[in-house]
Amino acid sequence: MSTATVPPAAESGGLAPDPVVTPTRSAGTKKLPIILGVMTAFLAAIMLGSAHSGETTFQLSAETDFVTLPDITVPSMVTGWVMALVCAALAAEAVRRMLAHVRQPAWLPIAFAVAWMVGFLSWAAADDRIRLVSLLGGAVALAIPLVFGALGGVLGERAGVVNIAIEGQLLFGAFAAAITASLTGSPWPGLLAAMVAGALIALVLGLFAITYFVDQVIVGVVLNVLVIGLTNFLFRQVLTPNADTLNSPDRLRAVPIPVLGDIPLIGPILFRQTPLVYVLYAVVVLVTYALYRTRWGLRVRAVGEHPKAADTVGIKVNRTRYNTILLAGAIAGLGGAYFSLVSVAGFNREMTGGAGFIALAAVIFGKWDPIRATLAALLFGFASNLQGVLSAIGSNVPSQFMLMLPYLVTIFAVAGLVGRSRPPAADGIPYRKQ
Amino acid sequence: MNTDAKPATEPVKEPDAPQDRDAEAKSRSLLRDITSGDALAGVLAVLLAVFVGSVMIAATDEAVRETASYITARPSDFVTALWESISGAYSAMFRGAVFNYNLTEPAQQWRPLTETLKFAGPLIAGGLGVGLAFRAGLFNIGGRGQMLMAGAAGGWVGYQLDLPMIIHLPLAILVGMAAGAIWGGIAGLLKARTGAHEVIVTIMLNYVAYYLLFYALSRQFLLQAPGSANPKSLPMKDTAILPKVLGDQFNLHLGFVLALVAVAVAWWLLNRSTLGYRIRAVGENPHAARASGIDVGRTYTVVMMIAGSLLGLAGINQVLGTVTSGISLDLDASIGFDAITVALLGRSRPLGILAAGMLFGALKAGGFTMQTSENISVDLVLVVQSLIVLFLAAPPLVRAIFRLPAQEAK
Repeated sequence: MSTATVPPAAESGGLAPDPVVTPTRSAGTKKLPIILGVMTAFLAAIMLGSAHSGETTFQLSAETDFVTLPDITVPSMVTGWVMALVCAALAAEAVRRMLAHVRQPAWLPIAFAVAWMVGFLSWAAADDRIRLVSLLGGAVALAIPLVFGALGGVLGERAGVVNIAIEGQLLFGAFAAAITASLTGSPWPGLLAAMVAGALIALVLGLFAITYFVDQVIVGVVLNVLVIGLTNFLFRQVLTPNADTLNSPDRLRAVPIPVLGDIPLIGPILFRQTPLVYVLYAVVVLVTYALYRTRWGLRVRAVGEHPKAADTVGIKVNRTRYNTILLAGAIAGLGGAYFSLVSVAGFNREMTGGAGFIALAAVIFGKWDPIRATLAALLFGFASNLQGVLSAIGSNVPSQFMLMLPYLVTIFAVAGLVGRSRPPAADGIPYRKQ
Repeated sequence: MNTDAKPATEPVKEPDAPQDRDAEAKSRSLLRDITSGDALAGVLAVLLAVFVGSVMIAATDEAVRETASYITARPSDFVTALWESISGAYSAMFRGAVFNYNLTEPAQQWRPLTETLKFAGPLIAGGLGVGLAFRAGLFNIGGRGQMLMAGAAGGWVGYQLDLPMIIHLPLAILVGMAAGAIWGGIAGLLKARTGAHEVIVTIMLNYVAYYLLFYALSRQFLLQAPGSANPKSLPMKDTAILPKVLGDQFNLHLGFVLALVAVAVAWWLLNRSTLGYRIRAVGENPHAARASGIDVGRTYTVVMMIAGSLLGLAGINQVLGTVTSGISLDLDASIGFDAITVALLGRSRPLGILAAGMLFGALKAGGFTMQTSENISVDLVLVVQSLIVLFLAAPPLVRAIFRLPAQEAK
């Protein structure tokens, strides 16, 4: 892969799997049936392990909705077992297709996931109600910083710059957003400041990683520490004594979109959110379009896959990388504004709490593709909101394991157990013009 | 950030620096760029970081800002305030880290030095863990997870079992180091078997370990203290606590001695043993190492296990030495990340790590005194540490800032 284009020693900086020790493996057709089988067995096991009686109510809309859908009440255990049977049938179908060497269709894992989740929820929320709108809408809200961070990560890595400092960009974005919004009395300049802050971190990353060829992972790790130290220091020395003027921003409030917001189920989930979410939709579309459909995107990808070839045809490799990571940093920084302007009003020490690393996980789980990374980030947001919802209704599902999920699936993903994640070929390798 | 933004414009007019290095830089790895930068740039890097720290102290000081508002009228006031804030901070640091000249009794005067050594112990052990992996070309960011697992396992032995001290303490240490080795070994094994990049795996394992420990600490049948609602275990039994080295009036415990032993073992391992030769060969060039018959994958696994056990020692040092009131979720005290900066500053060499660990231990001990006596946040230490490492990693940048010609500094 990269062996032909770069000096071997430089590979230690890249995130590409080392070809030396990578054994050749057969195509992963066995994985899907195995995963589905394990998941089905797991669902059956937890229902056998602790049987719940009673009924589960799925509430599809809030009382205030324009169109209200009726609640659906089902017997918990019966539904759970029916769904487990559906899951088993789908898993069997996957096995049949594997044995017949037929391609696995995309609907199969999706149908499985829905059935599994319905079964799991009716077991976990026995004698209680699940508000689907707040479950899914909350997931979208929690995923905001993850999606922004992941998009920033995807852009940077597509250009060949590994960004471990997403966490730092989110944190610095949150910090700048809180101060600016407090000083100006409006959250909007705060969003702008968050973008500038994220880009500033990216600039430092670029200075060391692109201009001075310092290992990108090292710069990223150290930048995270630097931002934590800097924001903690300023929070204690400056923000806390002057909390009234510097750390009391107005929160961004939810703005329902007319018509779209009134669509049953989907409306309240997707279109009764804060403006940051609507910005997010636009950014996802723009980044995806720009990366795959524009001349600029082609150049970015060329620089990340084969910088030497890109250089040969006249693309300025390092300038392209700088521009891309500055944009990526601005996007990630914008995600940081979620913490200090949406989630709560005001900055606090280390308030991002590892979200930048979940975003990094989404980049990898999403295979360096903006849409997939967005979906991965939404999935991780869902896992974390589901955890909150279940512990709020007093379910005995251990929340720690659900919070662990994003990290665990990422390890499986990079180890090739769930699909194969292949980073851009020149990811993490600085370009030295010969 | 001001100082960071300034040099950003300079590299453009510094084309000769990278060019000059280009010929010889071809074959060397970027990690080694850090490990073989010249001494002058190193000293300047530290000076630069301390300077930035001073600017931060001065800029956030109330008196300095007040006098700055009438600086043209009475500049002497401003200079005095500036001097007082900065010298106050650094002398407080000195009092907290080395020698407290405000006290009269000699034992109490030197007490800060023992605190420095106490903080240095886990930093040295952890720095060795990160540095050893560096030498094999692996970046171990999983220090936190390895420390947490080691602290949990060793701590469980420490509070649960009833044994005489001569067995209990070594057993707790060994179990903890083994747990760290397993947690580190997962990343090495995955790298060897599937090519999964250790940076990603170790980052993710940090969080997996955190939530595993969180789970265990919130379940009575696992680690949580009976009848308690807090995520904390029972305190360690006396027979499992690392004994105080200099008597009960000093907090310095055996952990520092163990860290010194670890330095000696790591030095021997790297420079005198076959395994060390393999580790260095793999780190220099995995392709060549493989061609000469070294099992690269196995070396990755083994070195990550050793790295994990060293970070495990750091975790044990915390649970059985520094905070013996029970296993908690913050037992790692961010040492897992500090260890990375220690290893980078120590250039991945055992003796360098020893020195770097002492320096950062002193910064930590001094930082707390600075916070209590001068009301300057201890987080300043984090900023200075990370700046030192950043500047150290880019000697051309430091030369550019000080306007040194690249050739002369060589």
